[in-house]
Amino acid sequence: MLDSATLSARLEEILYAHKDMEGSLLPILHAVQADFGYVPPEALPIIAKDLNITRAEAHGVMSFYHDFREKPAGRHVLKLCRAEACQAMGGDRVAAHAQKALGLDWHETSADGAVTLDPIFCLGLCACGPAAMLDGKLIGRLDEARIDAIIGDIK
Amino acid sequence: MKLYLPLDSAAVALGADEIAQAIHLHAKSKGIELELVRNGSRGMVFLEPMAEVETPAGRMAFGPLTLADVPALFGDLAAHPKALGLTDDLPWMRAQTRLTFARVGVIDPLSMADYRAQGGLTGLTRALAMAKAEIVAEVTNSGLRGRGGAGFPTGIKWKTVSDAQADRKYIVCNADEGDSATFADRMLMEGDPLTLIEGMIIAGLATGATKGFVYIRSEYPIAIDVMQKAVVLAQAEGVLGASVMGSGHAFDIEIRVGAGAYVCGEETSLLNSLEGKRGVVRAKPPLPALEGFMGKPTVVNNVISLASVPVIFEKGAEHYKNFGLGRSRGTIPLQIAGNVKFGGLYEIAFGLSLGEIVDTIAGGTASGRPVKAVQVGGPLGAYFPRALFDTPFGYEEFAGKEGLIGHAGLTVFDDTADMLSQARFAMEFCAIESCGKCTPCRIGAVRGTETIDRIAKGDAAAIPLLTDLCNTMKSGSLCALGGFTPYPVLSALTHFPDDFNAMKEAAE
Repeated sequence: MLDSATLSARLEEILYAHKDMEGSLLPILHAVQADFGYVPPEALPIIAKDLNITRAEAHGVMSFYHDFREKPAGRHVLKLCRAEACQAMGGDRVAAHAQKALGLDWHETSADGAVTLDPIFCLGLCACGPAAMLDGKLIGRLDEARIDAIIGDIK
Repeated sequence: MKLYLPLDSAAVALGADEIAQAIHLHAKSKGIELELVRNGSRGMVFLEPMAEVETPAGRMAFGPLTLADVPALFGDLAAHPKALGLTDDLPWMRAQTRLTFARVGVIDPLSMADYRAQGGLTGLTRALAMAKAEIVAEVTNSGLRGRGGAGFPTGIKWKTVSDAQADRKYIVCNADEGDSATFADRMLMEGDPLTLIEGMIIAGLATGATKGFVYIRSEYPIAIDVMQKAVVLAQAEGVLGASVMGSGHAFDIEIRVGAGAYVCGEETSLLNSLEGKRGVVRAKPPLPALEGFMGKPTVVNNVISLASVPVIFEKGAEHYKNFGLGRSRGTIPLQIAGNVKFGGLYEIAFGLSLGEIVDTIAGGTASGRPVKAVQVGGPLGAYFPRALFDTPFGYEEFAGKEGLIGHAGLTVFDDTADMLSQARFAMEFCAIESCGKCTPCRIGAVRGTETIDRIAKGDAAAIPLLTDLCNTMKSGSLCALGGFTPYPVLSALTHFPDDFNAMKEAAE
């Protein structure tokens, strides 16, 4: 559980750093997630008050965007591209293999907290698909063997 | 010794960072003085990671490299197992007309000296000596149309903003390149970010805007990093700031990062997102050109539209306009993707036939199987069968075949593709990414997925229902997400009817 004094101290710094920015809510949420790994629900009322918007508005924005997490992710995050160019190179097959090997469906985290499996729609690696992103690192020309190697490394 | 190795995402995804590290280590162990420039990609993704060595004859290319190929880069170059010859002589490079991408892969993206040496800031210098109306007229005369997909004349948009009266105006660059098969924006931002900055400044001069935003999707970490550094560099060099190149005109740029919502590539949804709101589409009118960011007149242009502006001012509107066909003027960066032998970015004048692009430039499929379909224009673009391969690449030409060129991405599929599944995916994707504001998109996409599932189970009566639903979505949706999802669905149904009948026959 996040200690509330730490949270509010860090939030105050983030809010101060964004105070002169026009339309600062997304940059604030990105900064919060970069620090804490997710957007703690306790943070939303504080952000809302600072920006003079309702809590419902802050929640609405946060929940609209796929990037923002309500809960911490696993220690590793594997994002597999599901879009058409990767499909044309067998992306669906590779994704099914990854789901089976990890025993996870999309958006799920393994019980030991090691890995979260997320779908992603396009990394701009459409000429070297199927593509993936592991903890921010880009991977192209993915196949089943590479998936097994990745899982071996992170498990 | 001077070496080039791309920092481009595709090169990095194929191992360029590891190769760079090995090059440094090898040079160090041999005591060789090394200058390794991390440049943009030349666009030959099939040859990445591709290194170039500077020689008296020109830059020699080597690729696709593996770690084992690194030591030989320091030996007899001609004997290197991955030697490709001079980069400029490669067939892929020679046949192109590189205007917007002229410097991508050539220069160090973050060197102002390199940028100036290759014609950078020439266009801006010329624009600084022109009146606002003259700048707008130059863009209008070039025939440049929105490269994001809508194809709206850029000059007309600029004129609307220029003529509007307001205390503040904005230039917003739409770098939310979410369409599968498109990566031109990413490559431009990673390989020649200063061109985009220069184009945005010219847009500012033309309209009286003093502030610009680049809204980049979060899926592009390298592009975000390069653009942020380029803005800092341009500010330090006096290109951005209170007095652009000492002219007295103010213009500054801020980089903003999206948060994984495809619909934010739609301009009004992007503006809401930039304002810190949910990325919900706005009804038009009012046009963003009159009431855009924070209700002020705003130019919203795609990366490639803005990045094509400097070369128009450098070489003149006439020069640019002389390329192309019909009402599609200038060049277009084709992004060749999916199941292809030669994938990558290929900038050429409008007018090539789809067949030339797929069979000749792309070299057919990577799998070696026959091409079944090509989706042109991303997830909202139509699937083209071989029968339509004579269609010339242009806005009106594709519209005439119930398709669109969109952002000029092409995804090639071989004969293992099931077009009913592709149609279903289009509806499913629309359901996931719908902003929820209008009913035809929000509900229609879900019902569309269900209806296609009925067809898959052999219910032929669901086919007219799907067609009807698509017509409702097409004419009733607020933006292109719901409005264009019928393109992939109906084109799959029209051109590949067998894929929609198979189950029915099995059931009978």
